[in-house]
Amino acid sequence: MAEPLLEVRDLKVSFRTEDGTVKAVDGVSLEVAEGETLGIVGESGSGKSVTMMSVMRLINDPNMRVEGEVFYRGHDLMKLTQEQIRAIRGPGIAMIFQDPMTSLNPVYKIGWQISEQIRAHEKISAKAAHARAVELLRAVGIPHAQERVDDYPHQFSGGMRQRVMIAMAVSCNPDLLIADEPTTALDVTIQAQILELIKKLRDDYGTSVVLITHDMGVVADIADRVAVMYAGRIVEQGSLRSVFYDAEHPYTWGLLGSIARLDRPRPPRLTAIKGTPPSLIHLPQGCAFGPRCPYRFDLCTEVPSLENRLGNGHLDACHLDPERKRDLRETAIHPELAGRGQPELTEESR
Amino acid sequence: MSGPEAAGAKLPTPAWDGEMLVRAEHVKKYFPIRKGILQREVARVHAVDDVSLEVRTGETLGLVGESGCGKSTLARCIARLYDLTSGSITFEGRDISRLSRRQLRPVRRELQMVFQDPYASLNPRKRVGTIISDPLRIHNYGDRTKIKNRVRELLELVGLSPEHVNRYPHEFSGGQRQRIGVARAIALHPKLIIADEPVSALDVSIRAQVINLLDDLQDELALTYVFIAHDLGVVRHISDRIAVMYLGKIVEVSPAEELYKHPVHPYTEALLSAVPLPDPDISAKRERIVLEGDVPSPVAPPPGCRFHPRCRYATEVCRLEEPPLVQHGSGSHLAACHHPLDLPEPSAAPRTAAASP
Repeated sequence: MAEPLLEVRDLKVSFRTEDGTVKAVDGVSLEVAEGETLGIVGESGSGKSVTMMSVMRLINDPNMRVEGEVFYRGHDLMKLTQEQIRAIRGPGIAMIFQDPMTSLNPVYKIGWQISEQIRAHEKISAKAAHARAVELLRAVGIPHAQERVDDYPHQFSGGMRQRVMIAMAVSCNPDLLIADEPTTALDVTIQAQILELIKKLRDDYGTSVVLITHDMGVVADIADRVAVMYAGRIVEQGSLRSVFYDAEHPYTWGLLGSIARLDRPRPPRLTAIKGTPPSLIHLPQGCAFGPRCPYRFDLCTEVPSLENRLGNGHLDACHLDPERKRDLRETAIHPELAGRGQPELTEESR
Repeated sequence: MSGPEAAGAKLPTPAWDGEMLVRAEHVKKYFPIRKGILQREVARVHAVDDVSLEVRTGETLGLVGESGCGKSTLARCIARLYDLTSGSITFEGRDISRLSRRQLRPVRRELQMVFQDPYASLNPRKRVGTIISDPLRIHNYGDRTKIKNRVRELLELVGLSPEHVNRYPHEFSGGQRQRIGVARAIALHPKLIIADEPVSALDVSIRAQVINLLDDLQDELALTYVFIAHDLGVVRHISDRIAVMYLGKIVEVSPAEELYKHPVHPYTEALLSAVPLPDPDISAKRERIVLEGDVPSPVAPPPGCRFHPRCRYATEVCRLEEPPLVQHGSGSHLAACHHPLDLPEPSAAPRTAAASP
C-alpha cells in the first residue's frame, strides 16, 4: 500500500475528572488511504468521536491528555502550532458534525458563513467568495441557491442545514472529510439524500472519508473499510465485507445481532448484548468486553491485542480460537437460524 | 379492571365486543399559530388531519413516519394528553374524546405512555421508588406495604434490582432509565401502552434489550401496544400491524410483514428503500428511491395527495383529488393512493399504466 493519507499511531486520550481519569481513547491506531472511506462504528462513549476530534486537535480541555502520533501527509499533527494546524483544517482535513443546528452560527447568514471559511484560506474577494458559496450550495443540492444564500440557518430544515455543513466542509476541496454521525439527527429519506451526496462528492473529487456512526446500515452503504470501537479501543478492523460476513469479535456479533433488520426474516427475539458498556474510569481487567461476553474464558483477563490472526489483513482483539469463532459466529448473530442446517436465503427486500 | 373508586365516573358501557380496544374516528388536531399583540390566529399547523384508526386488543400497532408527520400528536390524542380539534376516540367502547380531566382518571389507569427521552421523562429529584409508586398512590392502589411490594415486583419485572428503589434517576444508564419508565407505565395493570419512540435514544445493544423486554411484558401481561418509531426495522420487529403516516394523514395500514413485502403506497416504498441495510452485498444491489426535497410544511399542506410533490408516479389527478384510504389486496391492507403499486394478486387493485414500476 502506498503512503496512507492519515495515519494514527497508538493514540491515547484521557480526561482528568473529579471521579478519576477517564480513558476515552486507549491506544487507537488506524490508517486512511487516499480515496478510501473508513467507517468507524461504536456506541456512545466508545471513543469514536474523541479519536477524530483529537486528530483535528479540536478539543481544548486543560484536563485532557493526548499521547500518540497522527501523521497527515508526513506532518505529525500533534506537534504543529495552532497556526499550522489551522492551515490544514479546511483544505487538508474538514469535518462535518452531527448536529447541524448547533454547528452553524444562528446570527450570520448562510452565505456569509461559507465565504468566511473560503476567505480564511484563500486570497479572494468577498464578492468572489460569495459567488463560490452560491455555487457550493447548488452543488450540494439546495434549490434556489441564489436566494437561499442570504437566509439564516433557522430558515433551513435539518437536512438542508446538513447540506450547508457539507458545502462548508468541501469549500476548500479537502483531501480528507471526517463526518461525525452526519445523518443521525435526520429522517431516513433525508439520510439517504445526504449519504448519496457524500458518495457523489467522494467519487467526483476523490476525497477520502472517515465516517463515524453507530448505524451498521450506514456503514454497509458507504464504507470500504470498517473499524469497530468499544470502550476506547478498536476491537475489530477489516474490509467492509470481512467485518460484515466474517466478523471475528463477539462484540461485533452482538452489534450485528441486535439490529432489527429489514433484510432478513423477523426473528422471535433480538440477540441483545447483556449488560451495559463499562465505565471508562474503571475499565474491567483484561478485555473490556469480557464482562458482557458470553464466550469469556481464562485468557480474557489479559488485554487482547489488535492483531491479524488469520493472515488475511483482518484485525481483531479477541483471544478466542479462530476455528472456534467460525463455528460460533452464525449462531451468535442469528440464533434463530441455528440448528436449521442450511440457513435459508432471504427474500430480496425492496 | 376498574376499582370501586372509579365507580362515580363510570358511564354505562355500550355493547363492546372486546375486539377493538381503541377506535379513532376522523381525528383532527390543529395547532394555532398566533401573532401580534392580540395573538390573533394567523394559521394552523395541520398536525393530524382526519385520521381514522383501530387498535385491536392484544396487538401491537406500529406507527411510522418521518418527524413532523403527526405520529406523536396522534398518540397523544389517543391518550387524551391533547384535546382533539374534532373527531372522536373510543376506548373500550366508550367515547373518551370529550371527557373532563376528572372523568379521565379511571381511563388513565388503563392507558399509559412510555416516552422517548428517558432523561427528560423521569423527575431527577425523586427516587426511583417514588417515581414508580406515584401512579399507585394517585389511584389508591393500597396501603404502604402493598405499594412497596408492588414496586419491588415491578422493578424485578423490568429487569432491575429491587435494591434500586432508593436511587435517583441520574444513577442509572439510559437503558435502565427506560426500564424505569416502563415499570411506571405498567404499574397499574393498564390494557394499552402507547410507547412514543421508546428506544430511539438508546444505543443499539441496549435497544435490543428494551425491545425484548417490551415483547416479554406483552406476553406476560396481555398488553396492547401502540408503538411509535421512525426506525422501520424496530417497528417491523415488534408490530403486528403498521400504519404509515405522512404529513398528518395515514397513507397505508397493513399487517407488518405484508407492508414490508408489498408496499402499496409509493411513500412506503420510498421509506423502506431508504433504510440502510446492514449487509454490504444487498445494500450494493438494491435499487434506492431517493426522495427529492423535504416534507412540506404542515401549515399549508399541498392540495390533493399530500405526497404528490415528491412522488415519482404523480399525475394530474394527484394534484387535484385527495385519494381515500381504501382496501388493497387482503382485507386488512389499506392505502390512500391514486396509483397504487403492484400487488401479488393481479386483480387485487385498480391500477394505472403509470403505476407499474
